[in-house]
Amino acid sequence: MTELHINGELRTVDVPPDMPLLWVLRDVLRMTGTKFGCGIAQCGACTVHVDGKAIRSCLLPVGSIGDKAITTIESVGVTPAGTRVQKAWLELEVIQCGYCQPGQIMSAAALLNAIPHPDDADIDAAMAGNICRCGTYVRIRDAIKRAAAEA
Amino acid sequence: MADDALPRPTPASPSRRGVLAAAAGGALLVGFHVPLPGRSTAAEAGTAFNAFIRIDRSGVVTLIMPQVEMGQGVYTSIAMILAEELDADFGRVALEHAPPDEAHYKNPVLGVQATGNSNSIRAWWKPLRQTAAGTRVVLVQAAARGWGVPVGECRTEAAQVIHDASGRRAGYGELAGRAASLPQPTDPPLKQPADFRLIGKPLKRLDTPDKSDGKAVYGIDALPPGVKFATLMASPVKGGKVARVDDSKAMTLPGVRQVVVLDDLVAVVGDHMWAAKRGLDELAITWDDGPNANVDSAQVWRQIRQASTREGATAKQVGDAASALSQGEVISAEFEMPFLAHTPMEPMNCTAHVTPGGCELWLGTQVIARVQSSVAQTLGLPPEKVVVHNHLIGGGFGRRLEPDMAIKAARIAQKVDGPVKVVWTREEDVRQDVYRPVYRDLLWAKLSGDKIVGWKHRITGSSVVARWLPPAYTKDVDFDAVDSAVDVPYDIPHLRVEYVRDEPPGVTTGFWRGVGPNNNVFAIESFIDELAKKAGKDPVAFRRANLDKTPRLLAALDLVADKAGWGSPLPARTGRGVAVQVSFASFIATVVEAEVDEAGEILLKRINTAVDTGIAVNPDTIMAQLQGGLIFGLTAALYGEITLDKGRVQQSNFHDYRMLRIDQTPPIAVHLIKSGEAPGGIGETGVTASIPALRNAIYAATGVALRRMPVDRSLLARGGRA
Amino acid sequence: MTPARWTALTVVAVIVVAVGIAAWLLLPSPAMSFAGGKPVPLASYAGASPTGVPAELRAADPITRGRYLAKAADCEACHTVEGGAPYAGGRPFKTPFGTMYSPNITPDRATGLGTWSDADFLRAVHKGIAKDGERLYPSFPYEAYTLMSDDDVLAIKAYLFSLPPTHAVAPPDALAFPFNHRPLMAVWSLIYNPDHRFQPRADRSPEWNRGAYLAEALAHCGDCHTARNLAQALDNRRKFGGAVTAGWRAYNITADRSSGVGSWTDDEIAEYLHAGHAAGHGSAGGPMAEAVDLSLSNLTPGDTRALVAYLRSVPAIHTPDLPAPKAEAASEMPKQMAAGAANPRGRQVFEGACASCHGWSGVSPLTDLATLTGNRAVNDPTAINVAQIVISGARRETPNGAVVMPAFGRTYSDDEIAAVANYVTARFGSTPSSITAKQVAKFRQAQ
Ligand code: FES
Ligand code: FES
Repeated sequence: MTELHINGELRTVDVPPDMPLLWVLRDVLRMTGTKFGCGIAQCGACTVHVDGKAIRSCLLPVGSIGDKAITTIESVGVTPAGTRVQKAWLELEVIQCGYCQPGQIMSAAALLNAIPHPDDADIDAAMAGNICRCGTYVRIRDAIKRAAAEA
Repeated sequence: MADDALPRPTPASPSRRGVLAAAAGGALLVGFHVPLPGRSTAAEAGTAFNAFIRIDRSGVVTLIMPQVEMGQGVYTSIAMILAEELDADFGRVALEHAPPDEAHYKNPVLGVQATGNSNSIRAWWKPLRQTAAGTRVVLVQAAARGWGVPVGECRTEAAQVIHDASGRRAGYGELAGRAASLPQPTDPPLKQPADFRLIGKPLKRLDTPDKSDGKAVYGIDALPPGVKFATLMASPVKGGKVARVDDSKAMTLPGVRQVVVLDDLVAVVGDHMWAAKRGLDELAITWDDGPNANVDSAQVWRQIRQASTREGATAKQVGDAASALSQGEVISAEFEMPFLAHTPMEPMNCTAHVTPGGCELWLGTQVIARVQSSVAQTLGLPPEKVVVHNHLIGGGFGRRLEPDMAIKAARIAQKVDGPVKVVWTREEDVRQDVYRPVYRDLLWAKLSGDKIVGWKHRITGSSVVARWLPPAYTKDVDFDAVDSAVDVPYDIPHLRVEYVRDEPPGVTTGFWRGVGPNNNVFAIESFIDELAKKAGKDPVAFRRANLDKTPRLLAALDLVADKAGWGSPLPARTGRGVAVQVSFASFIATVVEAEVDEAGEILLKRINTAVDTGIAVNPDTIMAQLQGGLIFGLTAALYGEITLDKGRVQQSNFHDYRMLRIDQTPPIAVHLIKSGEAPGGIGETGVTASIPALRNAIYAATGVALRRMPVDRSLLARGGRA
Repeated sequence: MTPARWTALTVVAVIVVAVGIAAWLLLPSPAMSFAGGKPVPLASYAGASPTGVPAELRAADPITRGRYLAKAADCEACHTVEGGAPYAGGRPFKTPFGTMYSPNITPDRATGLGTWSDADFLRAVHKGIAKDGERLYPSFPYEAYTLMSDDDVLAIKAYLFSLPPTHAVAPPDALAFPFNHRPLMAVWSLIYNPDHRFQPRADRSPEWNRGAYLAEALAHCGDCHTARNLAQALDNRRKFGGAVTAGWRAYNITADRSSGVGSWTDDEIAEYLHAGHAAGHGSAGGPMAEAVDLSLSNLTPGDTRALVAYLRSVPAIHTPDLPAPKAEAASEMPKQMAAGAANPRGRQVFEGACASCHGWSGVSPLTDLATLTGNRAVNDPTAINVAQIVISGARRETPNGAVVMPAFGRTYSDDEIAAVANYVTARFGSTPSSITAKQVAKFRQAQ
């Protein structure tokens, strides 16, 4: 049995310790907001926060998380950075198909946690690991700046 | 069928967001509701006026979406069109995916229930306006009759009928019951553009709030009760079969439930995707590769190059191109495009539950009716026994115009007790795609001064249409493969466009965002730049000289040249490339500015694009689609190529089928030209635009005339020397 | 003396010196000469026999014993082509003289070893002469295998003959003249193949002797880790001092503290050999990862310890271009860079393709196996192994689970790979590299 602290709740799951968090979230806990895109840490669709940092859940073994706090897209909106990011995202109408966007929003919120007023290079460093096949990058950059400006 | 299988709450049980928004006065109510045949009572779902509009007692207007939402914003645009003519309150509309029903929801242009070819707005613009206007008419009639006033004295606004003289008002909700029994006129008067309240405004999209907090439900998120999880591997060689499977190791893994072996694929079913994936990794599968075992890319190219030496079927003939090209200096060039995969961010998936008497499917598809009929055929069931729940789509790009994922999932589900969600790994998604065909284009032209006086264009490639919509393939010409070539925008007195069908070995080809115009606009616009050079003209000036008959495009070209600072000096190794196109009934001119460094690497500097797409239903969506499409095209131009070896696709995931990332993306400015013409298509146009514009920027920066995509960076590093 | 005579004498002197140097350079240097002591015949060694399987397996059936020895000798790595059946051969080996392909050693009668007698097999393994009398090239390490006891060779044969026969013919070798002339190898063998079995050192412990047998007769560590002379024979005067083989750098594994493994604890070396990873020293990649996964991870703990004991006894050799690895992690903040900051391309590749897994600090947020801090490869200013792993990736089944690093070589250009390798060594290592696209192109070819 593995205990996980997810979105402020303690969840217990009976899974192999090497199982990536992504599948625990999606298939065991049925929290489908976090997405599967590549499984090899190349696309960022599966991004969650572990202790506030953006992590690719597709390669994160559940057994290695311990009592660190996991935050997913379902509740990132309760954090100040998450709220601002989601708001800016809707104001600038970033989203197209939306499939990559939980990951984009998680990466952006983690960026603002670490660097409240990122410049372009900071945005590149934090966001280049997130692929958007619909090509929403121009608006992502603008929305991060808007979210930062509101802090 | 269980209620908790629904992707979204029904309008009768508003979503949390709906309640919250209503309480806050915003009253945005969006529910994605899968209709349950025979289950929806009037009390639950409101009064149906027709296949597209339902109004419940509280006045919530439910709009049924005949086209699917895959990011292009069509749910919002179509809702705007319907709400405009209906005078609905846009803050109180609910949306519903249409069920499979060709009779009501077939695309008026494609003739099948499908979303593609950037034609949603073009195809539905008139019929939906008429439908909504007809509904409005009967609502007004119902109110007028009730009040005993002339219809002509009533007007509508925000889902209310208003009689100004008496100050009476009635909500659509209270009128719906009576109005629905009145006959709807088939040809009601439509609004004048000047009277539009919604169309032309950059309204907020209806689908995006749920996509910002993890609530949106895509096909891959479907979780019917008791669902198991599976992943699969199909024969890596087209036409190959399973020879032997040793599952002894896989079956010992925790969570692995079952190994399903079919003639051409193997799937592992487990308690979760991780078990299924690990189980698949541990299978020892021996394949019988079949007739395509030795196909490789070299063979594919040999074959198409050979085929392109043949005279093609006539796609278009104007004047006498043969004699125009028979004397004097004829300029010619060949262009080639590679196989491409779609790789939408949501990998292929389908959840299926096969029972003795029927089948239920959950997925996001561009072709719901085709999914239903082809699965019915596969399982030997009547179509109505196959229930398909459509979902939001995490990227389509043409990939979800195919029913293959549903067929495979259904075949696997036949062997599984209970519902099973089959999810493709990214590797399987890349290797089992239907690929954008390889194309080879031969062009010949003759100049007189700076005018093009003779033109011949031979397009060689696979016909997707012949497989996908056989009746539309006529006279040996694939209308899509020659699209944007037969209607080349330049004033050319003698022109011939021909088509040679050549089916590549070892792969199935499919539609890919931008479809035929991608190839043709690339070849034509690249060639035009070479002609401009021959004529000693600047690329923009040369185009201008040949665009007299296409003023809307000329205007776009002038605008983009101005915005891009065309002609102003640039640093060394930096160039601007222009490309113009009429595609999907939109007129677009694009300038890409790029630097090519000594290593042959491309640095994208900025992009300007000017577009006249007629009436812009939602201008913000148009900008977004162009921005995204340009990036999609640049990804292909810089990196996209699927290759084959020993019959197998060599690419597998984003590390070797590479995507443009945010740190490579330049600023993109989209300039919208106001127009009163009927709306054009937009979803694919950016893809088509960016490929030749980048190619021409490289040409300007280095003098290297690239003739094939993707960009060969090592060739540029060698300064174009072979 | 007349000037002419002076000249003649000088010429003679130069020739003599040159011949002397050449002879010294080409002189065979026995694998264990460093150890001194007195070699004794196996039978007369007082301690437990260093050959055969470890005590735990002595009672096992012959096939199990043969399997253990075949794994220890790492036959599978060379005799399996990517995606092919194990032991069915066909793997290409690029050498300075051309490309060779390993043969099928499954018991298939037509294309494998099916018709080989024990004597045929012994002759091939000990002397480098195939059944048909053809001379084998020393890519097949019979220089090492010749030390194996007859019993062990035949145990391996028994194991190989228990495998399913696979019909597979390796492509013909493509060697340049005169190396395509196999009989030449007879001369080579005469000089460099001692053709004698392992002889323990009487004055050394049984553990050391067991380690020596494992390292020299079976695992053939020197094949990669020891530099070669002009005749492509191992130069054991520089034993385990490191070398570049097939485009990868096998590092110095002598006791040198900065450039070798002298500062590692025994447990760390043992863990590295067993799992291909040791905390603080990073993970194995390329051929070493393969050697661990296919061979060394199968050793019993006792054998691993014996190997460590032997390794420890090899004299330290200093490799001047290898600095002591940097032990501290880099900054978590992407922009903070000690050196080599002006490498926007390297940074761009890193932020898109690498940072998610390796972290900006070099300490992977996902798995220890992806941690770069302390890794020798990122502390190698030639950046050769960094470039190689970027090109070809890694796919490992470790005792701690499977790990995959994608192979980026197909779509990332030489320039991008050079840039990211330079970025990685600058960010995580103690000395930045400055490799070029041209070098990367060469690395690709060497593989
Ligand atoms: S799914 Fe985890 S990074 Fe792509
Ligand atoms: S919005 Fe569709 S992939 Fe990013």
